[in-house]
Amino acid sequence: MTRDDRVFKALADPTRRVLLDRLFTRDGRTLTELESEVKMTRFGVMKHLRVLEDAGLVVTRRAGREKLHFLNTVPIRLIHDRWIDKFTERRVSALTDLKRQLEDSA
Amino acid sequence: MTSSTANDTSRATQIYRIFIKATPQAIWDAITKPEWTQRWGYGLRDEYDLRPGGKYRGYANEGMIAMGMSGVIVDGEVLEADPPHKLVVTWRMAVDPSMASEGFTRLTYEIVEGRDGVSRLSVIHDVTDRPGHGAMIAGDQQGPGAGGGWTWILSDLKTVLESGTAMSR
Repeated sequence: MTRDDRVFKALADPTRRVLLDRLFTRDGRTLTELESEVKMTRFGVMKHLRVLEDAGLVVTRRAGREKLHFLNTVPIRLIHDRWIDKFTERRVSALTDLKRQLEDSA
Repeated sequence: MTSSTANDTSRATQIYRIFIKATPQAIWDAITKPEWTQRWGYGLRDEYDLRPGGKYRGYANEGMIAMGMSGVIVDGEVLEADPPHKLVVTWRMAVDPSMASEGFTRLTYEIVEGRDGVSRLSVIHDVTDRPGHGAMIAGDQQGPGAGGGWTWILSDLKTVLESGTAMSR
């Protein structure tokens, strides 16, 4: 599997996207903190984090006895630059702006 | 990731990691040599005195000078230099008074050689209690002309090292 394949596979699962959302809100969390936010066993969360780590979307670092999980947004940016920027940035950003305006005013 | 549109930019440390088909030395040079730093990202002319306590300065490039900016854009001090694997500096957006008043952040570059000529570059940026810097490096101020923080900068570095020409140029 290529690096892009691993990113798409990692993003294809809703639980993994929730984990990324949690890290986006607050970064550098332990497994225990993340586990308390999803309805899943510790083992299940570990498995999902491993997939995210293999895809490069999560980077871990040790801080004393704790292992902290950080969101790494670079792989998503690379996909953006390669697949979106090249062809359709202007149109896509017009649409995302419209979506944001509609949602904000709702 | 549409469920939250604002992230917590007071986050203490942000980490960005990228794989680049280049040697650690090539990546090191691209980060530390002024003739390279002007070719990617914001294109500052970076000058490092690569020893602990040495000065770090990022100077305005020609485009910025044409827009009326000049002199030192970013300043800091080298804390650790272990070429071509690890560089730790203090780092501050000196050109903007409100950012400058936040004080220095701590920026670490780690370069690890991998297989097949691919190296791994990690950027660990400690922006504890520096919300302006935190928002900037996360790309939260992204908009026309404002750039996209570390994700955009590293994507551009990868492009310049792998293809010879940056997206930004």
